[in-house]
Amino acid sequence: MTKTFIIGVDVGGTFTDIFALDEAAGSVTITKIPSTRGDQSKGFVEGIGRLVPDFSTIRTVVHGTTVGTNALLERKGGHTGIITTQGFRDVLEMRRRDRPKTWGLDGTFTPVIDRADRLEVTERTLASGEILEHVDPEAVKSAARQLLDQGCEAVCVFFMNGYANGENERIAVEAVRSIWPSEHVTSAVEILPEIREFERASTASLNAYLQPVVTHYLDRLEKSLRASGFDGEILIVQSNGGVMAIEQAKALPVKTALSGPAAGVMAARHIGETAGFKNIITCDMGGTSFDVSMIADGRSALAAQTAIDFGMVIRSPMIEITTIGAGGGSIAWIDRGGMLCVGPESAGSNPGPVCYGLGNTRPTVTDANLVLGRINAAKPIGGKLDRLDVEAARAAIQEHVAGPLGMDVLAAAEAIIRVANARMAGAIRLVSIERGLDPNDFAAMPFGGGGALHTGALIQEVGVAKSLVPRYPGVVSALGCVVADMRHDNVRTINQPLATLDPALIGAEIARMDGLGRAALTRANVAFEAVERLVELDMLYVGQTHTVPVAIDADDLSVAAIQARFDDSYRAIFGRLLEGVPARVMNLRVTLIGRRPKFDLRALAPAGGKAPEDCVLEMRDLYADGQLHKAPVYDRLALAVGARVTGPCLLEQPDTTIFVDPGLTGVVDACGNLVIERI
Amino acid sequence: MMDPVTLAILGGRLEQIADEMDATLYRAAFNPIIAEAHDASHGIYDALTGDTLIQGKQGLPIFTGVMAFAVKAVIDKAAADGDLAPGDVYIFNDPYRGGTHLSDFKLVRPVFRDGKLFCWLASAGHYHDVGGNVAGNYNPRATEAFQEAVVIPPVKLFAAGTMRRDILDVMMANTRQPRSMFGDLNGMVNALDLGERRLSELLDQYGDAVVTEGFADMRERARKLMLARIAELPAGTVSAEDFLDNDGVTDTPLRIAVDMTVREGGLTFDFSRSAPACRGPLNISRGTTIAACYVAIKHLFPEIPANGGVLAPIDFMIPEGSILAAEHPMPTGGYTETIMRLIDVIFQAFAQISPERAFGNAYGTINALTLSGRRRDGSRWVMFSFFGGGHGGHAHGDGLSHGNAPISTSTIPPVEVLEAANPVIFRQWALRPDSAGDGAHRGGLGAIYEIETLEDDTEVTLFGERGRHAPHGVMGGGDGACTRFEWDDADGTHSPPMVSKVMGVKLEKGRRIRLMTPGGGGWGAPSDRDPALSAEDIRRGYVTAPQTTGMANKQ
Repeated sequence: MTKTFIIGVDVGGTFTDIFALDEAAGSVTITKIPSTRGDQSKGFVEGIGRLVPDFSTIRTVVHGTTVGTNALLERKGGHTGIITTQGFRDVLEMRRRDRPKTWGLDGTFTPVIDRADRLEVTERTLASGEILEHVDPEAVKSAARQLLDQGCEAVCVFFMNGYANGENERIAVEAVRSIWPSEHVTSAVEILPEIREFERASTASLNAYLQPVVTHYLDRLEKSLRASGFDGEILIVQSNGGVMAIEQAKALPVKTALSGPAAGVMAARHIGETAGFKNIITCDMGGTSFDVSMIADGRSALAAQTAIDFGMVIRSPMIEITTIGAGGGSIAWIDRGGMLCVGPESAGSNPGPVCYGLGNTRPTVTDANLVLGRINAAKPIGGKLDRLDVEAARAAIQEHVAGPLGMDVLAAAEAIIRVANARMAGAIRLVSIERGLDPNDFAAMPFGGGGALHTGALIQEVGVAKSLVPRYPGVVSALGCVVADMRHDNVRTINQPLATLDPALIGAEIARMDGLGRAALTRANVAFEAVERLVELDMLYVGQTHTVPVAIDADDLSVAAIQARFDDSYRAIFGRLLEGVPARVMNLRVTLIGRRPKFDLRALAPAGGKAPEDCVLEMRDLYADGQLHKAPVYDRLALAVGARVTGPCLLEQPDTTIFVDPGLTGVVDACGNLVIERI
Repeated sequence: MMDPVTLAILGGRLEQIADEMDATLYRAAFNPIIAEAHDASHGIYDALTGDTLIQGKQGLPIFTGVMAFAVKAVIDKAAADGDLAPGDVYIFNDPYRGGTHLSDFKLVRPVFRDGKLFCWLASAGHYHDVGGNVAGNYNPRATEAFQEAVVIPPVKLFAAGTMRRDILDVMMANTRQPRSMFGDLNGMVNALDLGERRLSELLDQYGDAVVTEGFADMRERARKLMLARIAELPAGTVSAEDFLDNDGVTDTPLRIAVDMTVREGGLTFDFSRSAPACRGPLNISRGTTIAACYVAIKHLFPEIPANGGVLAPIDFMIPEGSILAAEHPMPTGGYTETIMRLIDVIFQAFAQISPERAFGNAYGTINALTLSGRRRDGSRWVMFSFFGGGHGGHAHGDGLSHGNAPISTSTIPPVEVLEAANPVIFRQWALRPDSAGDGAHRGGLGAIYEIETLEDDTEVTLFGERGRHAPHGVMGGGDGACTRFEWDDADGTHSPPMVSKVMGVKLEKGRRIRLMTPGGGGWGAPSDRDPALSAEDIRRGYVTAPQTTGMANKQ
């Protein structure tokens, strides 16, 4: 059987989205089925079966998973132990001596590895790399046996200064692997040979903690797919937006912590590029939060380090996602100073907004949208409810907002939306203006169910140039799986003055790390259009603490060339150089990217389609800008390419509703996106 | 009043400007006390009074209270000289007018609109070394400011946009770390430039009048919120007192006492029963005292916005001659210790009337530890850091172990970074068993840091506290363990006569020191603790045997 299908699968809390690309036919099919709790692979395989009758025709399955994310957030990883240097078993629990909040001293913290499962062995390496005390493999084995006796399924080995010389740690890991009954053994310095003990220990411990859970899930998934006749490759989306082979995901599950959202950002990049936008701000609005990420000049912003929760630090490049507590379920309230606030408290999805009728009586953003006529009470998105209770929403806004502020209920509902929009605008400003980027060069791309109701306001509030609503905002992450490239990041601490840096040594190190990355690309058995390499140094002035990333040319590693690149990067970030102060090289980073072939997004565009006047579902009372309008509600998916609508109006489709504000207009582009801009 | 929707939006935009100034300095700063420990702060201040209008969320909490006094000092100076111009930047570290201690430099810059003063921007940061008798400026034996550091009164660093090289030269000539000072100073200037740019954009967009009205409304809103919280408290007077070990010069305890009165429409903090000014560096200026009260209030009521309106309903009684009203040239280097004790007594007083909001006392000392010497190649090394301890138990659970000081949001440098930069190895970086105060919700644990030197003639200075007076629990909660400091030499193990302060200790290569920091005080009676939690504490080794919580004290 010829293999013609590439399948993208995004498993969310409520739905599993499947995106099937038939490469031979150049066609796309999509489905959404309820996620199967407990065993996600069931819905996964069933969903694919709806689109592809014969699994042997599938070449690749690419998966964005939240199994790792959820295990971290819900603290449901495996029973994990750590073997570490004498005197340092509390590194994980002591963190970097911080606290969760600036104001208020009511923090607590429990690390994922219990103190009784943190064992020490005698060994010590100095910062110079000199081994002061050699490790005894027998002592390590005996510690490992004790952890097994205590019920540990996974173990992490972490030694001080392992970044400077990993010899002791390597010997210890070998000893543990010789007796450990599973593959769940993580070496801190293998996964992060970088200075800073807490960040390395935390990343490695979380990797070990995730291994049993993620491996179990992926094994079962693989088995189910194989049992259905699938014999292609399975790829997993990493938090950096690249994919990796399933075997690598089992060894490095910590790299899947933001797998799901990263797939969405990759889709946004591709959709944006195809539509002619190299600069995109993605806006994912859920029940409790609003997540923003940025793509500048076709590259997604990556954070070197991310805290999944207080004290749960992962140091590995991840899609940088800024989250604020402003979602559909965010509660509107008046504080004691008489000011209208929205969030961070949220009614979530259960009990959810007042209009769900599940017990919450305090008004939310969704209630405000409903009262303003922007949500169809008879057709709730998500499929859980038959209809929404407008009257209850109105009463709640009257009681909690309109009454206390002396406003009428519609004005109060619009005020709630304005405050929520302002908070979202703040999040966007945070990722753009604060980095010296002009939002006017960007398009906002909403996905998820709720974002498209607020996207027009972002044009007006932040000054983003346009808003680009993908044709299927609800399955963007699944689409992202299909288009994501393969990516492998490697890092190595150098910690030397630039002046004495030996270009030959750096060149050799680049070659070594290049080899690691290429080997990982090759192992995955995936076709690439091209392989790209990025080489970066983390650099700083001698005496400074924080580094700046400096992209360098691997063909010219002379001190002068690197100094010039450092000056450029430093000036771009801080505006002025510090003349006469020597520079230092902290880390070397080498990234290999295997570009996967992209499909033509025009496959998503409507075939045929109708003029706007033939797509009007109803004329509805819609409140906007302080007045009621009789506004059309269009059937979005029925609109032809080139169709133009003018605000105020609504566009409905099964997975989202788009609101075009007064003063804005939307047009369907060649790929079926709706591009909203000022009239 | 401005409509609440516009106010919410405007407030967020303004706060973002201060946040962005914070972020710029953290990234650019040279010395880790700013870059890692975030010992810095930025804000926007009233044109006439210097009152705080807007404060960054990440800034050092104690600065957020003290900056208003710093800006006021510049306002007075500019009025006296009569030559304020756009593009001026004032610089100074005078603690009597500007608050805190000589290590902290404040840069203050006017913002003009249409030729008129509109408001002030300020940047404060802790510099690595500003001269004085001890590298790093923590001199536990100072009896005058002159032994602590060079004193710079408010002077113009920039006059009408041009840097005055002579002022910079004077400053650079008075530090052991000129490169670090130059880098930090540049970072602060960058932050002020950026703040002015962002603020101008916002003023152009909203109009000056709207923003002015917004400032007034935000202040009024904070005042009202504070009043509403005060109204929930029972009227009357509650008292609390605690002690500092000594002033580093004379070994007698120093009382810090508050009599707090809740009255109709306000609060009074009366500090009259506190000790008189001391010879050593534990004095704080009146401005610092008020700023410390602000920090305590903000911890107790985190929901109130950070601006001067919070302090409007609060009166202060701080008698002249008090340890809490330092005058020139009294030494103030150890101000952190005094303000933490002040915050502790306010928490103790609140616990008597508002148990749900109360916290057991946190470890209550920064334990500034300096190791220094010369490497074999003759180069000088100085390892200086603040160390952590336990937070107090609270209504929601046990206290945080190894937290940062309530007056800061600092993080500690990684051991690997300290070892890479200095000839030392850490032998222990561990939680300290039996250091937490017992309670229904016990305190968090303090830490043990054991450090071995790799060079001869290593000199050790410790500026700490809580060596004799433990962090207290609240509502029947037990006390945390005291600070304990030891060093080894050929004769055995020693502890400082002044318990928590010592300078001039010399170590040979291979010798070790041990700093054991306090845990936090407990919340509620130990008899109310869930027995399952007590069993967990023993299983995890937080407590070595039943009823030994907080017992590290008595060893």
